[in-house]
Amino acid sequence: MTTKKPLLVVQNVKTYYPIKTGFMNLKTDYVKAVDGVSFDIFEGETVGLVGESGCGKSTLGRTIIGLEPITDGHIYFDGQQMDYRTDRVSLSKQIQIVFQDPYSSLNPRQTIGDVLAEPLRVHRIVAARDIPQEVERLLQLVGLPTTAKSRYPHEFSGGQRQRVGIARALALRPRLLICDEPVSALDVSIQAQIMNLFKQLQQELGLTYLFIAHGLGAVKYISDRIAVMYAGKIVEMGTTEDIFLRPQHAYTKTLLRAYPNPDPTKRSIIQRTQKGALE
Amino acid sequence: MSIWQRFFNKKQYDAQKSVQWSEEQSFPSHHVFWQRFKKHKLAVVSLWTLLVIAMCAILAPILAPFDPNEITGNFSAAPSMQHWLGTDQVGRDILSRVLYAARVSLVVGIGAVAISAIIGTVLGLVSGYFGGLIDGIIMRITDVFMSFPYIMFILVVASIVGPGLTNIILILGILGWPGIARLVRGNVLAIKQSDYVKASVALGYSTPRILFKHILPNTIAPILIYATSGVAGAILDEAALSFLGLGVQPPDASWGNMLSSAQSVSILTTQPWFWIAPGVCILVTVLAINYIGDALRDALDPRNVK
Amino acid sequence: MIGYIVRRLLIAVPVLFGVTVINFLIMRMAPGNPVDMLVSPKLPDAAREAKMIELGLHEPIYIQYWNWLKNLVVHQDLGYSMITYEPVTTMIWDRMGPTVLLMGVALILGLCIAIPVGIYSATKQYSKLDYVFVTGSFLGISIPNFFLALLLVYVFSIQLNWLPSGGMKELGSSGSVTTLIIHMILPLIVLVASVAGRNIRYVRSSMLEILGQDYLRTARAKGVKEFFVVNKHGMRNALIPIVTIIGLEIPILFGGAVVVEQIFSWPGIGQLTLSSIMNRDYSTLMGLNLVAAFVVIAANIVTDIAYAFVDPRIRKSYVGGSKR
Repeated sequence: MTTKKPLLVVQNVKTYYPIKTGFMNLKTDYVKAVDGVSFDIFEGETVGLVGESGCGKSTLGRTIIGLEPITDGHIYFDGQQMDYRTDRVSLSKQIQIVFQDPYSSLNPRQTIGDVLAEPLRVHRIVAARDIPQEVERLLQLVGLPTTAKSRYPHEFSGGQRQRVGIARALALRPRLLICDEPVSALDVSIQAQIMNLFKQLQQELGLTYLFIAHGLGAVKYISDRIAVMYAGKIVEMGTTEDIFLRPQHAYTKTLLRAYPNPDPTKRSIIQRTQKGALE
Repeated sequence: MSIWQRFFNKKQYDAQKSVQWSEEQSFPSHHVFWQRFKKHKLAVVSLWTLLVIAMCAILAPILAPFDPNEITGNFSAAPSMQHWLGTDQVGRDILSRVLYAARVSLVVGIGAVAISAIIGTVLGLVSGYFGGLIDGIIMRITDVFMSFPYIMFILVVASIVGPGLTNIILILGILGWPGIARLVRGNVLAIKQSDYVKASVALGYSTPRILFKHILPNTIAPILIYATSGVAGAILDEAALSFLGLGVQPPDASWGNMLSSAQSVSILTTQPWFWIAPGVCILVTVLAINYIGDALRDALDPRNVK
Repeated sequence: MIGYIVRRLLIAVPVLFGVTVINFLIMRMAPGNPVDMLVSPKLPDAAREAKMIELGLHEPIYIQYWNWLKNLVVHQDLGYSMITYEPVTTMIWDRMGPTVLLMGVALILGLCIAIPVGIYSATKQYSKLDYVFVTGSFLGISIPNFFLALLLVYVFSIQLNWLPSGGMKELGSSGSVTTLIIHMILPLIVLVASVAGRNIRYVRSSMLEILGQDYLRTARAKGVKEFFVVNKHGMRNALIPIVTIIGLEIPILFGGAVVVEQIFSWPGIGQLTLSSIMNRDYSTLMGLNLVAAFVVIAANIVTDIAYAFVDPRIRKSYVGGSKR
């Protein structure tokens, strides 16, 4: 499935936030949310990015999509260096994002139809008269009834809203989709449906995913490769199989222990004794 | 970072109380809204009262028994069948003048608040969305404007610019925006953090589109509540200015300038019909608007689950 | 804490600067020769021309502003009245006492009514008395102060002849404390009605918000008596917003002073403002406006610092920030 051509190259990226301390706040310190991260994503593959809350994985995702300013380093998309200050519009058609919280990710004052039609209209993805059709196509693509068009977000469940969020991201026909913990706010039964949807969309549209999650369990099913992040740095990256069977870094091993194995005989001692201690 | 830049980034403003209106069901559906509004019995009565006052203002030429500026009877005549509310010191019909004055009050109230709402909303949006130096400058300007005691500032400006209806509307409108700017800014700061705004940025929307299509609609509710009490305030301010002789000038009738004649003890004592009717009109109008504002607050507050 | 106070004071510097700029610009919009505002108009023409050159009135406006500001800061000089030829600072200083007296008493009395009534209303929400108080507060904010003043004069001074209709003391008398109090009653009622009206609802709603919070529910669940729940656990947190009230009330009271002092002939800042407007005494007017703004800024600074003392969260955040 993977080709040799990297779609996204992340080179030594740093994202720091200044915080002011000292008398009269004259001294400036930095929170190093992302501290020198490098990795590639190949066209058509899915890279899982895991780590505990606050390790910088979401910040990295948001830096790639230009929601956080990059402090240092370079990001190349399709061989071109990205600069959101000048190329926001063209880049928005290449990279899109699906957020974690399906409740705050939709404007409560827009109908679902407006949510999906707006990017089409703004970027002239299709001719104006074809917009209603395109909206319906998008809704069908994510498994929602076309009648959803005229309704408001609050009339939908979390899973349905997340589908709308995915449809909105797909409206611009991006090549890379950043999924920022897209299922962790959903009920477990819904999570599987949404994961299946992601997988199905990848097959149909040939999408590339950067799939962010805080546990290994969530990304095992979908990822070709997995990057483990800890305290702003990627501590280990490898194929899903390598990460699960031959973890190198101590932190990866800790994460693995937290991953519930469906087969009780294969669970480690630690996991049996402190079940759920590590989320 | 220079020390000056730091002044322009006052944390205190962020700590300012602002309601997260963008939450779930930020704006109740019309049905829910009316259901909640109707619970406030006094507000429903107030709404009708205000409608009647507005109709009186609009239909003043038809309803008024006399021309408000024409001398139609004896000087200072007590209420009679011909002049229900009596006549003033030059013999003009007080009822007709009260009806025409309703126009002044409502026009000033709505006009002034419309001006300050537009200025305040735009500045608040820009200030909250862009942050940094722009925010610092706009907030310092609101600080400067809010440092002058409101009525006194208005009086001073009115005395220099000159009285008159248009000037009053402009003065109240142009000096009244800082409150709305701060309110909008606080809400924008909250809404800016929401994922749908971040999604709009990621979707490559232009900044004006994000500001006016995605942030503004979600901050309308608090603006509306603030503006309602602003209308009541503007009506009171116009009345006070006219009362002091710096507002609407005679012969044009305004409830405030009709009351100003009562500053003379003889009129106050012997001709109460000069000043009681316009005074009651101001009270009733302002009271009705304040009750409606209160009901709006209850009905639009997302935290209100009852 | 000291770091916070210093910071708060420094933040006021650009605001003070802005206030002087606005004031200066408004002053320049006023009709008449600006030299009249800066020197005594009694000066002969030659001296005046010399003064104009000395003051640099032919210079560009920003240099004029700079000179005016220097005069203000270094000599606390606001120029001379265009009518009485007195220095504006003296005139304002003479009128300050009565205004501060009236406003101060009104603020204290207003809060003494608003706080207990607001708390009572919040604890007995939807009771008959709550409705009475809330309605009263709506009336308080909706009645024009001049209309209430006229009604009071009509009833108490003219019909009943119980109270004087204006002034601070009887003509010719030296004025004892009792006569002063008698003269203060009517203007105080007008001011207190608006202060209490504005704040009853404010106290009530902030108390309601606090009473609904989890820690009070916990206190109740622990079996703490309702009286202590309200007055010890609730009040302390309700007091925090009340500190802000005082800061917000001062500019409103200053404004209200104009109308109330005018009707009751109270010899304060407000009356001086109005007589300056009537006499087109712009130099006095500008001085008044500037002093009023200074008072408001000072009040805001004091409020903010008091706020930091009362609210441990603010104190902690700033103290923590300065120690780290």
